[in-house]
Amino acid sequence: MILVFADQRDGNLKKASKEAISEGKRLGSALSLPLGVVVLGKGAGSVVDEIKKYGADKVFVSETPDAYSPDLYAEGVAKVAKENGAKIVVFPGTSMCVDFAPRVSAKLEAGLVTDITATEVKDGKLIVRKPVYSGKAIATVEFKSDIAMVTLRPNVFELAESEGAGEVVEFSVEGEAKAKAVKVEMKEAGKVELTEATIIVSGGRGVKGPEYFQNELQQLADLLGAAVGASRAAVDAGWIDHSHQVGQTGKVVSPKVYMAFGISGAIQHLAGMGTSQYIIAVNKDPDAPIFNVASLGVVADLFKVVPALIEEIKKAKA
Amino acid sequence: MNIMVFIKQVPDTETKIKIADDGKSIVEDGINWIVSPYDEFAIEEAVKTKENLGGEVTVVSMGPSRAESALRTALAMGCDKAILLEDAAFEGADAYSTAKALAKVIEKHNPDLIFFGKQGVGNDNTQVGQLVAEMVGIGHIGTCIKLEIDGDTIRGEREIEGGRETIETKLPAIVTAQRGLNEPRYPNLRGIMKAKKKPLEKLTPADLGLNADEVGLAGAKTVYVSLELPPARQAGKKIEVEPEVAAKEIVEFLKNEAKVL
Ligand SMILES: Cc1cc2nc3c(=O)[nH]c(=O)nc-3n(C[C@H](O)[C@H](O)[C@H](O)COP(=O)(O)OP(=O)(O)OC[C@H]3O[C@@H](n4cnc5c(N)ncnc54)[C@H](O)[C@@H]3O)c2cc1C
Repeated sequence: MILVFADQRDGNLKKASKEAISEGKRLGSALSLPLGVVVLGKGAGSVVDEIKKYGADKVFVSETPDAYSPDLYAEGVAKVAKENGAKIVVFPGTSMCVDFAPRVSAKLEAGLVTDITATEVKDGKLIVRKPVYSGKAIATVEFKSDIAMVTLRPNVFELAESEGAGEVVEFSVEGEAKAKAVKVEMKEAGKVELTEATIIVSGGRGVKGPEYFQNELQQLADLLGAAVGASRAAVDAGWIDHSHQVGQTGKVVSPKVYMAFGISGAIQHLAGMGTSQYIIAVNKDPDAPIFNVASLGVVADLFKVVPALIEEIKKAKA
Repeated sequence: MNIMVFIKQVPDTETKIKIADDGKSIVEDGINWIVSPYDEFAIEEAVKTKENLGGEVTVVSMGPSRAESALRTALAMGCDKAILLEDAAFEGADAYSTAKALAKVIEKHNPDLIFFGKQGVGNDNTQVGQLVAEMVGIGHIGTCIKLEIDGDTIRGEREIEGGRETIETKLPAIVTAQRGLNEPRYPNLRGIMKAKKKPLEKLTPADLGLNADEVGLAGAKTVYVSLELPPARQAGKKIEVEPEVAAKEIVEFLKNEAKVL
């Protein structure tokens, strides 16, 4: 069996989970193995129908434990994997899965490759690729363990709906949590999540202050249904919260369109957005390194381009 | 409190990567080696915790002899003693076989609180701290940006999509450090001088009760078969026009090229 873990919180199935299930289905077809999906925690039951749409043959559902616990979640996934002879275990690269997938790997004595961007099946074996050294190199990795485990970089693998037997198996995760979530605070509920966004509107030191992030860039993002990103320089200046930072010490994003306003394009920034499908850069310095990677480079003052762009988009949408 | 912090020496983030002749590793000549940036937050938190609660900090690394300089940096930042896992058998380790060796160090020394960086930059595995926690059988707080210790209970905040969550666990426990946890101090001259005299112990697999085939490449569960430079990104169109024209061009691009409008 190919086993996919579906990350959900309070009944919200993450887009990255759907990507993982879609990829699980593709691997299942390539290896002639059925697809199992495991979903845990409060709200798990309510996402089963959505999971089935992506071709699950079996959905293993447990409403326990009631709060996220890295060790109990690992216990639950490892148990399902063992009992069903999972050959490959796939996780979306969400903050939750990045946190507990290694514990599953220790329990299953299985190799885990994180943040992968491509898979290949060769002679019945899984081979994966992942960016290393901040995207300056790509490693091709093989597994030496019987079970192969991966986490997928969000927004890289395509969604694909398909058919599956859709059998539901309920189970429960027992044991005492060594560590568990005692509080969850959603600050930006309703806003587009950076790692899942199709479009990212990002600002750097050139934006010159917090107001521009809150006003113009936010307005542009809202118009486009985009998330707001930032360079480290903007974060270090205190203009925007660290959770918006893109780059080596921030988030790794792979949107369809990354718009960089007043960002020079330092190597550590490129590390976080280099796999964006299209990059649009607005910078007044014609020699800014960001132009070396930009699909569309605009040499101009961002304070003049952004308002004009807001107007133009309003017109286009009218 | 008996505190332990695990660190890794990595190429400076500015390093230009060249692929070695074996096609699966990088050319190491001329590389400037640094303490992995996330490990600096781990070291700082370990030293701060010692300053607040008393005790001793042991800094541990696995790597070739050059990794000694990373350990000396940590000692200069205020750690008290160092352990280096250095042996040819440790080479070629993946996250799993690294964790296997590090877990033994914990079992040998029984620290109350253990810090890791959330990932070693380079291979960017984001796994070793959690793997060790599972192997040792203790709780962990991952990618921690704020930590509170209250007797034997520790609570750490971590970022999740769209918000934050607080994880609570009991000592002994592992914390993996994320940017935001603190501001790492720079080692000063006095610290650097003192660091030279602090003890540094070297351990082999045998010292840890491990066979050579359980560590390094032999004990690894994953293996790099090749390493390549990514295809160079082609710069596209570059324009220098009036803002209004630029805005129109961007909208055209979003509509026709990217097809998101
Ligand atoms: C270990 C390490 C980790 C790092 N991690 C990250 C990371 O995760 N993310 C990250 O971003 N950086 C990271 N950095 C920092 C990185 O090296 C750069 O310093 C940073 O990305 C620069 O941010 P910036 O492009 O906004 O600022 P700058 O480099 O100062 O660039 C500002 C740009 O704005 C342009 N500009 C100014 N005014 C205007 C205007 N009116 N109109 C148009 N353009 C204008 C300028 O021409 C310039 O190109 C890291 C560094 C290190 C050492």
